[in-house]
Amino acid sequence: MILTGNHAAAHAFRQARVGVVSAYPITPQSPVVEKIAEFIAEGKLKARFVKVESEHSAMAVLCAASATGSRVGTATSAHGLELMYEMLPWASGNRLPIVLNLATRSLGAPWSVWTDHQDFITIRDVGWIQLFCENNQEIYDTNIQAFKIAEDPRVLLPVACAFDGYVLSHTAMPVKLEKQDMIDDFIPPLKHHINLSDISTVKGIDPVTTPQVVKRNEGVAPGYYEYRYSLQKALENSIDIIKEVHDDFARKFGRSYGNGIYKEIQTDDADTIIFGMGSVASQSRVAIEKLRIEGLKVGLVSLKLFRPYPAEELREFFKDKKNIIVFDRDIGYGYEGTLSYELKAALYGLKNRPNIKGFIVGLGGRDVKTEHIINGVHKALDEFEKDIYTNKTDFLGLNLEELEDYDEESYFKGG
Amino acid sequence: MKLDEQMTNSKKKYQKILGSVQKPVIGEAGQTGTWSPKKPVIDLTKCIPVKSGKPSCFNCWLYCPEAVVSRTIPPQIDFKYCKGCGICMEECPVKAIRMEEVKEE
Amino acid sequence: MVNVIDLPEEEYIYPGTRACAGCAMALIYRIALKALGSNTIITVPASCLTVLHGMQGFCTTKISVYHTPFATTGASASGILAALEDKGLADEINVLAFAGDGGTTDIGVQALSGAVERGTNFIYACYDNEAYMNTGVQRSGSTPLGVQTTTTPEGKLVHKKNMPRILEAHGIPYVATANAAYPLDLYEKFKKAKEIKGSKYIHILSPCPPGWGYDPKYTMLIGRLANETGFWPLYEVIDGTFKLSNSSKRYLDSSKRKPITEYLKAQKRFNSIDKKTIEAYEKYIENAWIDIKSRLEKQ
Repeated sequence: MILTGNHAAAHAFRQARVGVVSAYPITPQSPVVEKIAEFIAEGKLKARFVKVESEHSAMAVLCAASATGSRVGTATSAHGLELMYEMLPWASGNRLPIVLNLATRSLGAPWSVWTDHQDFITIRDVGWIQLFCENNQEIYDTNIQAFKIAEDPRVLLPVACAFDGYVLSHTAMPVKLEKQDMIDDFIPPLKHHINLSDISTVKGIDPVTTPQVVKRNEGVAPGYYEYRYSLQKALENSIDIIKEVHDDFARKFGRSYGNGIYKEIQTDDADTIIFGMGSVASQSRVAIEKLRIEGLKVGLVSLKLFRPYPAEELREFFKDKKNIIVFDRDIGYGYEGTLSYELKAALYGLKNRPNIKGFIVGLGGRDVKTEHIINGVHKALDEFEKDIYTNKTDFLGLNLEELEDYDEESYFKGG
Repeated sequence: MKLDEQMTNSKKKYQKILGSVQKPVIGEAGQTGTWSPKKPVIDLTKCIPVKSGKPSCFNCWLYCPEAVVSRTIPPQIDFKYCKGCGICMEECPVKAIRMEEVKEE
Repeated sequence: MVNVIDLPEEEYIYPGTRACAGCAMALIYRIALKALGSNTIITVPASCLTVLHGMQGFCTTKISVYHTPFATTGASASGILAALEDKGLADEINVLAFAGDGGTTDIGVQALSGAVERGTNFIYACYDNEAYMNTGVQRSGSTPLGVQTTTTPEGKLVHKKNMPRILEAHGIPYVATANAAYPLDLYEKFKKAKEIKGSKYIHILSPCPPGWGYDPKYTMLIGRLANETGFWPLYEVIDGTFKLSNSSKRYLDSSKRKPITEYLKAQKRFNSIDKKTIEAYEKYIENAWIDIKSRLEKQ
């Protein structure tokens, strides 16, 4: 079928037999929930769609519905995600296998409906598994895998699948939808560990939990610290299961995405690697072709798994590489692009550290052009040669020269 | 080590701890009877169900926020958990209840 | 009117909770659970009730409880219900949302309004101790006029938010007010709500000894005074039809109402009240009953 990214996600929800969907419309994600509502109305999906009054309530509904024992999912973007933020650690702390689709969009102020990866990175510390997709087939495939990963009893964590807003969400591409019985075979029915709907066992979920372990005659109860330890260890160990599910999917359906953690393109003979995520990586595929024509041996690593951060895998991959140029479609304000500084931290342990330089591209939907990437590579290689190192961010694609006479003083006079 | 073995070993340490969950117990806050030395004592000569021998009144049972009064003839109060609030004394229509300091036995 | 013997003897809350001595909320919860029975799932936001349920590992209720962040009670109940419907269990299990006044009239308004607008089949009970008691007595939208709280040391400047009226405006099948001091009336209302399909809202006055400033043994007396002075009339609105509850009927006659000063002077939280505020209360009560009378006449 020819599907937009949004509709690919909706089809994945339908085939995964999601039980409860709760979402709120927001550009550019609204078509996901519109399509799901259509599926339910046509009887193609037997699910309850709770049409909530805000994203915060959407995630609250899903946390409660998941805890009661249903398979749940939703979609959102930018400010919707930020409004949900209070509930995100609630979902991971409860170990609820919720799947969230994120059509990435930049954050205000000022208002922007176009894509960048800022919203995606804001949730990196709440304890969710985070995956990024480069094309619509990957959106569908990743969603199917996401349910299986999330519900694996060795994992039990919420998963966020992201894809660029408009670039993928509204762009139609060929997507192969698999047969329903094969999907049913791949994703077994949910066996929820909390399952409040089984009222034969009385459970109090999420009470106030003290810092200490509590002991009394009736038993012992872990403290908050132990619960968070358990969450972190689950995240760390989930990398293996993410790889496992990816490989299972590849065996069953014949499609793979690198090793499930990252995709590497033409890196075997390359000592200079471009590192990016999503639309940035897609654009870089064109850039490395052009750079190779110039004679530079450049490869590309497109990061798919953002959390848990695959530090070991990346350290193993980059240990013999000389130069890495990172392009971030996001920025850790006050510091650098997150991909850039996280990679630097991951490779800290290497004996022979590669040169790493980060660039900022495409914030607020500013077009990421092949020439920007090529210019970035040239500039970086130049700086590496001259032994120049800086944390100060380099923005590619700015149009400051057109704003020579622009002055906002007349607006912001103060009083 | 194979993946399954790795998982089993770590499972012992952290995978048995999933999410903060409770099971019901009596006296979750401890022996709340220690909150107050005063306890309700029922004068059985005045108590309505005792005098009539039939289930009646039971205001003390109805109004107890702690559910430590039994709906029996006579009503019995669990001093281990009674917080000594005195509502039963106030709500008894025939003033059959006094709040007294009850010595530990 | 139901008799005390008709109430089920079974308790759904074990004794020895962290509730204060004389806590009306504890009694309200105890009676409500008797009305609903064990085929219930409860959702509770951050509130004194969270604390009553106990700390990690060990709870005080014989019914499953799902704790949820402050603003989300209505949404949480919607989620539990949606999952039960997905699993085909919605007809067997009641969904009860039990929140305080802060979590209902302030931070929880949006989720509650959304949930009832969607016609969610659940009971939402608000126990109203008229301030954020769990965090140390700060004012809420449900705090009455003139009350001293930590955030209104000079006395609250505006009247209480009329939450039952707001819920009525949503057109839901059942809205009721209740009072901890009238447990049999409370029991009947929960039992009635249990049988109705759609969103049900019960707003219960819950006197609080430390927060309101009175000796714990007077909890029921204070609660009764709220009714006897005409300040907190007990009523139901069933499919839009107003019905005054039996325990409040005699106060249609203003001469039967006790002076509001009797209610105000019994609680330390009204210590800073002046003559103007008392007059404001008298006007407030008078207007409330004029409205009740006109609603009864229209039917």
